[in-house]
Amino acid sequence: MVARAAREIAPGMVVNLGIGLPTKVINHLSADFPVCLHTENGLAGIGPTLPPEMADRNLIDAGGTYVSTVPGSAFFDSATSFAMVRSGRLDLTMLGAFEVGANGDLANWKIPGKFSPGVGGGIELAQKARRVVVLTTHTDRAGNPKLKAACSLPLTAHRCVARVFTDMAVIDVGPQGFVLVELAQGVSLPEVIEATGAPLVTPQTPPATF
Amino acid sequence: MKLPNKQCEIEAAIAIIKDGDTVMIGGFGVPGTPMTLIHALVAHGARDLTLVKNDANEPGMGLDHLLKSGQVSRLVTTHLGLNSYAIGLMNEGKISVEFNAQGILAERIRAGGSGIGAVLSDIGIGTELAAGKQVVEIAGKPHLVEAALRADVALIHAACGDTFGNLAYAATAQNFNPLMAMAADCVIAEVETVLPLGGLSANAIHTSGVFIDHVTELGDLSKEYAVVQR
Repeated sequence: MVARAAREIAPGMVVNLGIGLPTKVINHLSADFPVCLHTENGLAGIGPTLPPEMADRNLIDAGGTYVSTVPGSAFFDSATSFAMVRSGRLDLTMLGAFEVGANGDLANWKIPGKFSPGVGGGIELAQKARRVVVLTTHTDRAGNPKLKAACSLPLTAHRCVARVFTDMAVIDVGPQGFVLVELAQGVSLPEVIEATGAPLVTPQTPPATF
Repeated sequence: MKLPNKQCEIEAAIAIIKDGDTVMIGGFGVPGTPMTLIHALVAHGARDLTLVKNDANEPGMGLDHLLKSGQVSRLVTTHLGLNSYAIGLMNEGKISVEFNAQGILAERIRAGGSGIGAVLSDIGIGTELAAGKQVVEIAGKPHLVEAALRADVALIHAACGDTFGNLAYAATAQNFNPLMAMAADCVIAEVETVLPLGGLSANAIHTSGVFIDHVTELGDLSKEYAVVQR
């Protein structure tokens, strides 16, 4: 699914990869692929991740991973970094999720009483990137659907998600709700319908697999 | 004419901080966190502090020392995900925590450092981060009023500086430092290498010494600044 999500990135884009699963997308981009990766803590032009013995103590991404630069990278302060985000300079952001609503609502920062570490840059990314896609497991650890008719957790942003990549499927958020685009290899249509907590519009012809 | 020399001992600079003060602390994770000034503030012992910092570092590092010493009553921040101790204090009600969207925290500080009373933005409208904030309509769209933030003291880390307080930051250690350096009544910078006047090229300076009150040189860096082995 991470490899499939990486194909969402078109040449020339400015892209922010959220903490967690989305960060792994970087491993599926070739060294000569023309893209500018942005991180909230003040870098445009992220290079490969570095092991501790090769790392620069002053060079991390927003998740605290030691990264590198590429020719042409630039550093800037946090206000400038989010000026890029809020003014629409990000073509794409890939985020994790606790829940995605059938209307594109995203909840990914707080589970009341259990998990409330703060929102970080998540609201601004979700609200202002030109295209927001989500990478997540299709269900939570207890097997409950993460794609729901409506989010029950506190929202990160309203109606922001365009597409969801899961371990079972690629699903778009359309005017009628969730729309199946592709199925993961080995996953059947009834299985993905069963694991989705809202009606799923399915294509008339068998969907492509990834 | 000659620019004034602001170099001083760390303890003398930190002694300015009083019980109940608001203190901004630069840094995003380890990069840019003024670890040595934080230790000096622990030794100084001022209590009932409101801290403004992007994150609470990790257990045993940076801001965590001020939490462990019980000097913090309020934290204005964006994310505590790497510090379970900070989350515990928040959940037990031992510190009050105000979460901000990260770029909005940066803008509130920038406004505070620019003589501006507030910024307007639509970030977080319809979420619980909008609760209690004034809403105004601009060009037909609702915006939240995000009040400017200032502090009594800001603690800044820079890679390089001069005796006047001109500063240059390294890589992603820049983050909130240049913003906070503008937004406090007294600004203390710990600098890895302090050069004589003219040692920094005028074109290479990120923060003008005009904003800085005290400069302290670090010399050898403690292990707390090093690459974190996870």
